[in-house]
Amino acid sequence: MEKPLTGHIKDDGSQLELKGYEKEGGYRAVKKVIGKIDPENVTATVKDSNLKGRGGAGFGTGMKWGFVPMGEDAITPKYLVANADEMEPGTFKDRLLMEENPHLLIEGMILSAYAIQASIGFIFIRGAYVKSVDRLEKAIHEAREKGYLGKNILKSGFDLDLYIHISVGRYMCGEETALLNALEGRRATPRFKPPYPQASGLFGNPTIVNNVETLCCVPYIMEHGAEAFKNLSYTDEGGTKLYGVSGNVKNPGTWELPLGTTMREVIEEHAGGMMNGYTFRGALPGGASTDFLVNDHMDVKLDFSTVMNVGSRLGTGTLVVLDDKTCPVGFVANLMRFFGRESCGWCTPCRDGIPFVQKTLEAMEAGKGKEGDMDVLESHVEFMGPGNTFCAFAPGAMEPLQSAMKYFGKDFKQHITDKKCAWKGNGK
Amino acid sequence: MVNIYIDGIKYQAEEGKNLLDYCLSVGLDIPYFCFHPAMGSVGACRLCAVKMYKDENDTRGKIIMSCVQPVQDGMIISIEDPEVKHFRAQVIESLMNNHPHDCPICDEGGECHLQDMTVMTGHVYRRNRFKKRTYRNQYLGPFINHEMNRCIQCYRCTRFYREYAGGYDLDVFGIHSRVFFGRHQDGMLENEFSGNLVEVCPTGVFTDKTLKKHYTRKWDLSTAPSICEHCSLGCNTIPGERYGKLRRIRNRYNYDVNGYFLCDRGRFGYEYVNRETRIKKIKARFGAELQDTTEDEILDKITNAFEKGKTLGIGSARASVEANYALNKLVGAENFYAGISGKDHQILRNYLDILRNYPVNVPSMKETEEADYVLVLGEDITHSAPRLALSLRQTLMKKAMDEAARVSIPRWLDHAVREFYQDGKAPMTTITPYNTKLDDVASKSLRLNPHDTVKFGFLLANRINNDAPAVKDYPGEWDEWLDQLAKALINAKKPLIVSGWGNGLEEMLKAAANITQALNGEERKAGLFYALPEANSMGLGLLEGNDLSGIMETGDAPENLIILENDLYRHFDKVQADKFFNQFKNILLIDHTETNTTDHASFVLPSGVTAESSGTFINTEGRAQRFYKAYIPEAPVMDSWRWLGRIENHLKKTGGQWNSLDECLAELVKGYTVFKPLTELAPPSGFRINGEKVARAPHRYTGRTSMHAHKNVHEQKPPQDEDAPMSFTMEGYNGTPPSSLVSHYWKPGWNSVQALNKYQQEVGGPMHDGDPGKRVIEPTDNPKQQYFKVPVFETKTEAGELYLTPVPHIFGSGEMSSLSAAIREATPEPYVLIHPNVAGQNDLNEDDVAIVRANGKEWKLKVKTDDKMADDVAGITTGFRQSYIVELPLKGNIEKQEKK
Amino acid sequence: MLSEQEKKEIAEELEHLPRKTAGGLEALRVVQKYRSWISDEAVSDISEYLGMSETQIDGLASFYNLIYRKPVGRHVILFCDSISCWIKNADNLQEQLGKHLGIKPGETTSDDRFTLIPVACLGACDKAPVMMIDDDLHVNLTEEKIKEILEQYK
Repeated sequence: MEKPLTGHIKDDGSQLELKGYEKEGGYRAVKKVIGKIDPENVTATVKDSNLKGRGGAGFGTGMKWGFVPMGEDAITPKYLVANADEMEPGTFKDRLLMEENPHLLIEGMILSAYAIQASIGFIFIRGAYVKSVDRLEKAIHEAREKGYLGKNILKSGFDLDLYIHISVGRYMCGEETALLNALEGRRATPRFKPPYPQASGLFGNPTIVNNVETLCCVPYIMEHGAEAFKNLSYTDEGGTKLYGVSGNVKNPGTWELPLGTTMREVIEEHAGGMMNGYTFRGALPGGASTDFLVNDHMDVKLDFSTVMNVGSRLGTGTLVVLDDKTCPVGFVANLMRFFGRESCGWCTPCRDGIPFVQKTLEAMEAGKGKEGDMDVLESHVEFMGPGNTFCAFAPGAMEPLQSAMKYFGKDFKQHITDKKCAWKGNGK
Repeated sequence: MVNIYIDGIKYQAEEGKNLLDYCLSVGLDIPYFCFHPAMGSVGACRLCAVKMYKDENDTRGKIIMSCVQPVQDGMIISIEDPEVKHFRAQVIESLMNNHPHDCPICDEGGECHLQDMTVMTGHVYRRNRFKKRTYRNQYLGPFINHEMNRCIQCYRCTRFYREYAGGYDLDVFGIHSRVFFGRHQDGMLENEFSGNLVEVCPTGVFTDKTLKKHYTRKWDLSTAPSICEHCSLGCNTIPGERYGKLRRIRNRYNYDVNGYFLCDRGRFGYEYVNRETRIKKIKARFGAELQDTTEDEILDKITNAFEKGKTLGIGSARASVEANYALNKLVGAENFYAGISGKDHQILRNYLDILRNYPVNVPSMKETEEADYVLVLGEDITHSAPRLALSLRQTLMKKAMDEAARVSIPRWLDHAVREFYQDGKAPMTTITPYNTKLDDVASKSLRLNPHDTVKFGFLLANRINNDAPAVKDYPGEWDEWLDQLAKALINAKKPLIVSGWGNGLEEMLKAAANITQALNGEERKAGLFYALPEANSMGLGLLEGNDLSGIMETGDAPENLIILENDLYRHFDKVQADKFFNQFKNILLIDHTETNTTDHASFVLPSGVTAESSGTFINTEGRAQRFYKAYIPEAPVMDSWRWLGRIENHLKKTGGQWNSLDECLAELVKGYTVFKPLTELAPPSGFRINGEKVARAPHRYTGRTSMHAHKNVHEQKPPQDEDAPMSFTMEGYNGTPPSSLVSHYWKPGWNSVQALNKYQQEVGGPMHDGDPGKRVIEPTDNPKQQYFKVPVFETKTEAGELYLTPVPHIFGSGEMSSLSAAIREATPEPYVLIHPNVAGQNDLNEDDVAIVRANGKEWKLKVKTDDKMADDVAGITTGFRQSYIVELPLKGNIEKQEKK
Repeated sequence: MLSEQEKKEIAEELEHLPRKTAGGLEALRVVQKYRSWISDEAVSDISEYLGMSETQIDGLASFYNLIYRKPVGRHVILFCDSISCWIKNADNLQEQLGKHLGIKPGETTSDDRFTLIPVACLGACDKAPVMMIDDDLHVNLTEEKIKEILEQYK
């Protein structure tokens, strides 16, 4: 099977340097495209490939680019930003790409920037990814030396400068408009949309923010065409996907698989199934802000639309597995502690609602649950539904809670009636 | 106009308008917090949720925030849908998770937007059993009290302070449920408009610290429409009284003038009213002593004294038109003097000449916000006419909104507009001798000494239009600046030239006028906004009093003198004023506060302050505005014009003088047609609604029958007001009176200041029946197309010599405000502001004491430095109590005070 | 005052930003690199250099969790407490670590050697539980392993 994202990556965890990358066919797409194909055609190809954003929302990448104003009247400079602020709990895919194949991201950014005619690119990377930063810096230097970056790239007349912004924390920066605020040296609270960043983004100029993995798909698309990319997957959505599994499975890790691989295959084949003595109860398919999938969903194809049809979201495609020896209430309480801490404090439901939910769950865990607590939880799920809050943060936070109550409601109630957590003192 | 449907009822609305704004404007109650008509929408609080339906068949609908929703053709909305009502209640529940419920001890209680919204959403029951979050409060200076635990994080404070008013020292800190609104460290808020936080904050986080000292609930205040007396802009205010004490000043909305906001001098400068320095008794001189006496006695004495000989009357720029007129009438126009310095007199005369005879357009303060290019010429507006600076600052947002329209961002979507415009500047150039607060938004700031500024101004006029007189001899580097600025002004559709009294130069006004003239043409009408010094400078000017400096110098004075609400020491040099007073046999002073002039009076009559008087001020743009007593001061204190009428009755034995404001105005108009609009400012005192007077006190006023029971158990008859169609109690009409009589904002369900929405034509628009106040002077139909001649420019300074230029200060330069405790706390020591190079040459350091010498006099002042100021200038604080320094501008020297 | 080195590094970052005031976060990061935490003085220094108010800089500093407004030890332990690590018993481990060091989360040992800060997912969930000490990632933690690792940091 073809692995456009990780195929070149060596097993030893070392960095693929420029020479090695070029030897594997790297920068061929750049040579093929820059200055030779109209930018609009690049966007059209990406649109045809049905590449969907890998950061979690699954929005069509080509479509997103299509909203960038083109032509001479467009405000310049335009910006391209790689969202490398991977901080979704349970997600560990972009780190792999940046550490081990940084040129792939750079090539993807050159092509994407060319498509929207952006002349400045930023890689917004979380501060904890020290190794990624080192390797990207080195790779950018190499690419610049070789003329892939800078002024008049490959004598095409196209310019692109690429910079790294090392973030100083906060999950919120993963939201594209909050990220832009952080890049502008502001507090990372989200911005109201519309205007979308394509119209008024970084420093008020047209901007595209794409996830690292998304950008890494672009070189393959441009080299092999939209059809080839589509053919990589098991469904209509194009490409491969980095799937991952964490939790009490035998072999946690990350694998590049055709988009639409079933949850069963990911967990049982690649992750080696559950650890001995543990039974699968459910999994968050793509990070902390997705709804649980359970046993019934084992054969669901993990792509954006199929997962949505069964009431969850593919998100980042890195599964967090809940087992029978782990308390589902404690599990969700942990997530709420995270969300409560990372809420930016801008809008009311998120800022003041999540802590209430968190405290309620923690009380239940501590055997101090009360009658009415289930109402509190349920009403807050509704309260923080999509559209009710300023951005998608709180609705995302409610997804694991609402689905946990749906699938493990008994366990929640039992915490209240028994005045204790049955998992406490039982290895947990 | 498009049709929209709200809860089944069809409405006509303007497409693209903000939905919340629209709903509030048509009287629908949607609760909200973070939206503010002057500041637009940001979508943070989520309280203004409504349901929106795709079409008639959509029964579920979705929840949207009305504040960020543009009106669209055919849209179907529900405010009453149970699901969205529940949602709004839950927003309140969330805010109540941490709100301390300390209403009984909270200064906001009773006029709290959070209380109103809580009741409006129906949230009543607390489910949260967990601990509330608490904060440490900060010391924010003498004006504002801080109580963070009450905060509901609507972000209005930072949006006003940081974004609207340009303050850099209050912002949001921290994250998640622990965001904190305050300063980096404890300390006085630096922005001149911080007091508006009191009204902008929807709950009791930021409250009026001066009110706290004599706290009274909103429902216990007697209030009246009034006009700020602390500068010439004429901001509309609402003073509130109880037990004979002035408790606070609140903003009174006037679309054309101050809108929603006041400056801190206007809001907190009132405390002098309650001080011991007030004159509250009738006094007559016996030898060296002023002793209390009665009205009858003093009127006899005055009659005896003033019957013989000629009497000279000195009017006042801080007294009402009516009071000045009454004096003018009493002494005769030929003996009526304006009571300001010769220099101020000249400026006033020129200004009136410009208004009457030149084709100038004087914009309202609101209109200045719409200017598309502003030149601030030689004036530190933030300190000489503070509220205007806040308006000028908004030209930035106007520009930003225009720019953001390129990418279809609605004007009201505040943060999106700002994020698009980024750090773009206002279409503004400031030319001042030293750094000013407006420089941070100005596209360009030039540092020139005042004389060069005048020259630059005349040059600019000529550069714009060849007809304007030319100037020779100027530095070559000015050419580029002149060209740029001329181009910017010519390209503007609504250019505006701003200057004011603070620089003290008559030629500055002339330069500003020439630029305006040069810009005026078929396609463009340039605005001129010139700020006069006092609340009624304009009214005084229109009465055309004589120039006092003429007789000051000649010493050719009659026997008797009547001084109206004026301290001559603020206008004339001490030696000169002393000499002047000594010539008179009898001096009658009518004033409300002791000043240096009081010492010379042989008779003193106590007048009411603005909040205790009725009358008219005419602001610097020529807008006549009525003020009414908030309360009747304890006798014998009364309006100056009433005193003067009684004196005239007594003296001339005519007996026909006025007993009421209406009668006084009727007389006034007979003599001066220019004042005709004064009779149309408000309904006459006989006006009634449903047979009732308009109530000054709100219907929930407590203790009306018992508040004086410690003195007398019998209920006293409420005082009557002959001057206004208003009662002094809660009895009377409590609906929406004509806007000139609105003294509090209060509607069912809306106890806070937000009730104002219900008094406007549309939210943020004019008052329901138009805004009170009328221009008495409009540009003439037959203008003289002419320019002021180029003055003879000052020769260059000699070695070591500096231009001593006046530095007005919002806290310190105001005559009355500087007596108020909180303002005093905020007032710097008088200082001299110099460039570090000048300091270096004179061996001076910051905070040293320097001796400034000019005109054979010297002043000791603390040194302050500004490395961005012109280095041939020394700025000197002016109008401060400790040292008025009336002579400025001058040329002089500076040196270090030798240590003893 | 900012050191020459600090100024130089901040200036490099500012080169690709259209305005100085956009550089607040870069400045905080650079200054913290040299001073280990952001004191009031550092806030002042940065605000002066960028032409911003102290309030503005502090508004930023207090938002971001990797900017420390209190002194930290020579080594900062970022201990992941997010879901994948939590499943792998990270709560207990963190408590043990705290006990071992004699500090609570957010505190610094009395010898200024370690500061313990719980942090959101470090993106190495397949090797949970994990923590970072300074720039080093440590994975598959156990109580014993943590003790050994701590020994590497003096």
